[in-house]
Amino acid sequence: MSVPVQLEAPTVSGPEEGPERSDFWVYLARKVGAAIVSFIMLLVVGFVIFSLMPADPVSALTRGRPTSDAQMTHLRHELGLDKPLWERFLTFVGHTLSGNLGYSYEYHQSVSTLIADRLWPTLLLMGTSTLISIWLGMWLGIRAGWHPGSVLDRSASAVSLALWSVPTFWLGLILLVVFGSGSVGGIPAIFPAGGMQTHGTAGGLALSHITDVAWHLVLPCLTLVAVIFAQYVTIMRSSIIDERGNPYLLTARAKGLRDEVVRRRHAVPNALLPSVTVIFLQIGGMIGGAITVEVVYSWPGLGYLTFSALRIPDLQLLEGTFIVFSAAVIVCNLFADLLYRALDPRVRRQ
Amino acid sequence: MSTTEQTPAPRPAPDPGPPVAEKAPSRLKPVGRFVVSVLRMPSGFFGVLVMVAFVVMALTAPLFIHPSDLEVTKATGPLLASPRHGYPLGTDPAGRSVLLLVIWGSRTSLAIGVMATVLTMVLGATIGLVAGHYQGRTGRLLMHVTDWFIALPSLPLAIALAAVLGQGAASITIAIGVTSWTGTARLVRAQTLAVEARPFIERARALGATDTQLITRQVLPNVMPLILVSSTLTVASAILSEATLTFLGLGDPTSVSWGSLLNNAFMQGAVTGGAWWYLVPPGVAILIIVLGFTLVGRAVEHVLNARVQPR
Repeated sequence: MSVPVQLEAPTVSGPEEGPERSDFWVYLARKVGAAIVSFIMLLVVGFVIFSLMPADPVSALTRGRPTSDAQMTHLRHELGLDKPLWERFLTFVGHTLSGNLGYSYEYHQSVSTLIADRLWPTLLLMGTSTLISIWLGMWLGIRAGWHPGSVLDRSASAVSLALWSVPTFWLGLILLVVFGSGSVGGIPAIFPAGGMQTHGTAGGLALSHITDVAWHLVLPCLTLVAVIFAQYVTIMRSSIIDERGNPYLLTARAKGLRDEVVRRRHAVPNALLPSVTVIFLQIGGMIGGAITVEVVYSWPGLGYLTFSALRIPDLQLLEGTFIVFSAAVIVCNLFADLLYRALDPRVRRQ
Repeated sequence: MSTTEQTPAPRPAPDPGPPVAEKAPSRLKPVGRFVVSVLRMPSGFFGVLVMVAFVVMALTAPLFIHPSDLEVTKATGPLLASPRHGYPLGTDPAGRSVLLLVIWGSRTSLAIGVMATVLTMVLGATIGLVAGHYQGRTGRLLMHVTDWFIALPSLPLAIALAAVLGQGAASITIAIGVTSWTGTARLVRAQTLAVEARPFIERARALGATDTQLITRQVLPNVMPLILVSSTLTVASAILSEATLTFLGLGDPTSVSWGSLLNNAFMQGAVTGGAWWYLVPPGVAILIIVLGFTLVGRAVEHVLNARVQPR
């Protein structure tokens, strides 16, 4: 079964003879163009889900509140629901592009304001967890892949598999009940049970506030790292295994370099290249974990906001978070493409 | 999964007609050999064992669990009590036995997992077959759509879909299917391309087969084994997604599943109350079943790769 795998490699077209610089602009334009197309598709999907699929958005909005028919008609007119479809879509696109994601009747605030307020906690949580996971995953993956089949390799694979099979939120619940409740097996409540800061403490950049936030960050971060670092181990491991057979490593060994130096100075830099892109592509998958972890630890970020919107349900707010999450992923993917080209000279000369 | 059950027969079935058999050998025979080699791997054997055990448990649960044991108003046990005599895994805040709840929960979790997988396979296989067969503009467009869906964060999309469709098993199933068909589509497309390069497709085309006939009669039967084996990995992730979506409160509030048990535990203060016996069992059940399906999936992949590489 010789599978003619059609690897859809980025075929860099454009002026063949042109200097590298103009090639770069062509590449950049293509990638940015693809990202813009993705974003337009995102808007279409968002519009279909939130504006076409609900039978009557107005009655969903006013659920649980006494509303007269006249008020309903007025609301319908205000939301533009009496206009033709294409006009509604264009209005929606226009609003989204100008940062107007609608109005949350539940919070009596504009959705963009709500999202902007919650952005920073999510970035803090996801950023910290990603950095730790990348570091840990690479450290383990490099060592596991360097000696495939070794004890370290097999235990790293087993732990990765087990952690992959665990629902993120459940791991969070267990860590919380063990280390945050103070009522299991005599283990004191070492870490706070949720939230981002102790009630009644002042914000700002005071050192006490920073340590307080860091203290609250430990368990959510630990949960996320436990679930996502395994992916980085797998990526780095297979990347190193691919490099191992290369003749340049034989040369390095023949020069008499120590095994550790061969790995660190010769194999790892080459193995890093393919991993970097994949790491950025993983961010989309991470968002799911971040949502549930924020829910478990009532971390006041976008995921918790999504959860609160879900329980009401506040469709405008859900639409806003959906678009922000997806747009973030599109931006990350674009960044991964550009970074790959910047890091790997071979892609440039294709 | 009907093909896998009848296949481990040691004796190959007699081939029908000699000339046809040479060109199109029995498709069940290689599947049978395949299942045997998966079962010979320790991880594959363990995984199949777990799968069978859970399926048997889910199917036989009504024989030893009376519905009144699971009703909040009729439960007789102590409220939110730690494991004790008669309640090996403790009780929930309504006095129901956690052990019985977890066993009963396997029914919903497995059912939604399997239903979502079927939906995923149908969606993914259709798109993959069409994209692989019509290799021009249509195929490229479909692959672009697939790539776009792969990049999209699946949980926010699933939450959005399930929220709009309303609480319930059906909306969760649809949400999982819509967000997870992409992997299958890519796999099926690659296999379709491989199958279409083989001479019997050209022969069928020369005999005047239409596109639809080619896809359904020639390509699909050859892609089918791959679709079936790849579904084991999909079931694992579908069960995880079901648990996550139900935990977030998108499931049917009246039915018992592992996700809804954890949702209840979380909402009713099992965490702050330190009721670990209410939190641990549903998660461990998810862990074991997902591990089982994943191990089978990996064993299958391993066997597939071992077959492909030597050629």
